[in-house]
Amino acid sequence: MSLYQGIFKRDMHIAFKQKAELVQPLMFLLMVVTLFPLGVSPSPDTLQRIGPGVIWIAAILSSLMAMERLFRDDFQDGSLEQYVLSGMALPAVSTVKVVAHWLVSFVPVLLLSPLLAMFLNLTFDMYVALLLTLILGTPLLSLIGAIAVGLTVGLQKGGVLLALLLIPVFIPLLIFATSAVDSAALQLPYYPQLAIIAAMLLLAAALAPFAIAYSLKVSQN
Amino acid sequence: MWKWLHPYAKTERAYQLCITLQPWLWVGAILCLSIGTVWGLAFAPQDYQQGDSFRIIYIHVPSAILSMSTYVAMAIAALVGMVWQWRTAYMTMIAMAPIGAALTFIALFTGAAWGKPMWGAWWVWDARLTSELILLFLYIGVIALYGAFEDKQQAGKAAGVMALVGVVNIPIIHYSVEWWNTLHQGATISKFDNPSIAPEMLWPLLINLLGFAFFIGAVTTIRLRNEIVLREQHRPWVQALAEQALLPHKTRER
Amino acid sequence: MLEACSLTCSKRDRTLFEGLSLAINAGELLYLRGPNGAGKTSLLRLLTGLSEPENGRICYNGKDIKHTRADYFSDLLYLGHKSGTNGSLSALDNLNFWLAQHDIHQSTEVLYRVLETIGLVGLEDVPVRYLSAGQQRRVALSRLWLKPAKVWVLDEPFTALDSKGIYLLENLMKQHIQNGGLAIVTSHQPLSENAGAHRVFDLEYRF
Repeated sequence: MSLYQGIFKRDMHIAFKQKAELVQPLMFLLMVVTLFPLGVSPSPDTLQRIGPGVIWIAAILSSLMAMERLFRDDFQDGSLEQYVLSGMALPAVSTVKVVAHWLVSFVPVLLLSPLLAMFLNLTFDMYVALLLTLILGTPLLSLIGAIAVGLTVGLQKGGVLLALLLIPVFIPLLIFATSAVDSAALQLPYYPQLAIIAAMLLLAAALAPFAIAYSLKVSQN
Repeated sequence: MWKWLHPYAKTERAYQLCITLQPWLWVGAILCLSIGTVWGLAFAPQDYQQGDSFRIIYIHVPSAILSMSTYVAMAIAALVGMVWQWRTAYMTMIAMAPIGAALTFIALFTGAAWGKPMWGAWWVWDARLTSELILLFLYIGVIALYGAFEDKQQAGKAAGVMALVGVVNIPIIHYSVEWWNTLHQGATISKFDNPSIAPEMLWPLLINLLGFAFFIGAVTTIRLRNEIVLREQHRPWVQALAEQALLPHKTRER
Repeated sequence: MLEACSLTCSKRDRTLFEGLSLAINAGELLYLRGPNGAGKTSLLRLLTGLSEPENGRICYNGKDIKHTRADYFSDLLYLGHKSGTNGSLSALDNLNFWLAQHDIHQSTEVLYRVLETIGLVGLEDVPVRYLSAGQQRRVALSRLWLKPAKVWVLDEPFTALDSKGIYLLENLMKQHIQNGGLAIVTSHQPLSENAGAHRVFDLEYRF
């Protein structure tokens, strides 16, 4: 177990040495959200209606920018080869790295979410629902995103391709998450949506580590 | 149980198999498509509500159904490639991808064309059309990923992973979109649901469905042959094949 | 003893080698030669188990490495083109994390001593990114002192090294061989006498 702790520590260590890379996607998220009142309408009702969707779309887009960090450096500098040769199970290594990545790139999004909710005039109930969907949904983004990052990490220009691969896969999450917040706005129960997101998260948690390990192996070839 | 399949992992055997299957698939495709289409367009009775415009289902429904099946077939090919390490399986997968994408496009186009007289707009965010659109995105992702790699062996494996991720997602996407649709539009009647279709309308549809399947098979074998020859162009057997193909021309020139 | 039996490898649908067999005994240094694109790196990556051959197998002490990965890896040290060091970490941090991953316990003193031997005194805490190419190479090479591995697979280890560094490394390889280790090395410049006796294996470019 301590072997995996070592990887976790290393990733956190590196993340905090590259703060700019962590902050930039977050600023991007904030700016995208700012565009909507300016581009659509600043009226509180409109904002409240489109708010959940806007926040989730912005979160998905900014996650695409942050996602590449996950394996890029390790692949380019050869650390990934050394991971493989350490004899540790690659699915476990990838899981640890995904967890570390989630902590440094998505927990800040959770912290920023009250501000976004305020900008878009969400009610308190809606905010609670939004926060719950973010807590359950963002690990799902990380897990599935990591598969695509593993596949594209060896390519020269993987950025746009990564978005092409991931956006369609994230659509169900977007649907369920925004509808949970919409239900909260109408004072309706939104457990079903949360349960579905949680189910998708569990499915991804069970399968994604193996897919990530396999895709990293493909990239190594 | 699957032992008889294993020889086809060799590219040469797969190539021969394609040559053998191709004429049969073409015969099936031409036969079924001409019968089904003529019957459907000319002889099947009019729909009492939609008139003649319903006849587009003879193109729309088969392409929509088979666009999904083709994706599933791709995922199966990818899985076979992964488990048994067959290069031909990945080649088959990528041979099918553009065909599936084209079918998806046909389904979308005919759906939109049908929507014009039915809903009065070219595009409506109907649940099935939206699912088809997302399916098209999934196809584009797989094709783009394959194209991005220079090493096509690696490309096949990578695209295979994505096809599998997609196939796990297709049911989730399908149900989420359907659910989203009922939330936002209330209970609109889906024009593509035809619970009690008259048998004289149904038969041509089934024949066309079969014809489309044959057609996909035929085009897949052509594309697979191309892929094999292209990828194996340095192998002796392909070069022998090329020489054989060129030989008559040479003698004629003399 | 490391043994490769009739390996086949192709890249971009071009066969690099087919039916290649070779054996390296303990106490032997194999110098792998060949023009660019002949497949030296691919062969080394196969030998380490990083990639899998299309055909054939690789045995370490008579056992297929596919089945004894953990045992093989604990005896193996691979240094590739890429240094395996993160640019924003210092040499010391990089090595510490690497040792932790490979479950090797070395005291900080040993670490400092190795970094001194390799000529990185005073640079232990500088992020690796700010070091010169040769110095970065030295950080990667210091693993040779730190991991008691029997099998060394070194891909172009002399790249960017100055003459002093080459001398140091060749001596270390000689010592490793004398201690009963085995090593396989690629290099575009021939090995000098300092490296001791070695066998040459030529890989030809195939069309």
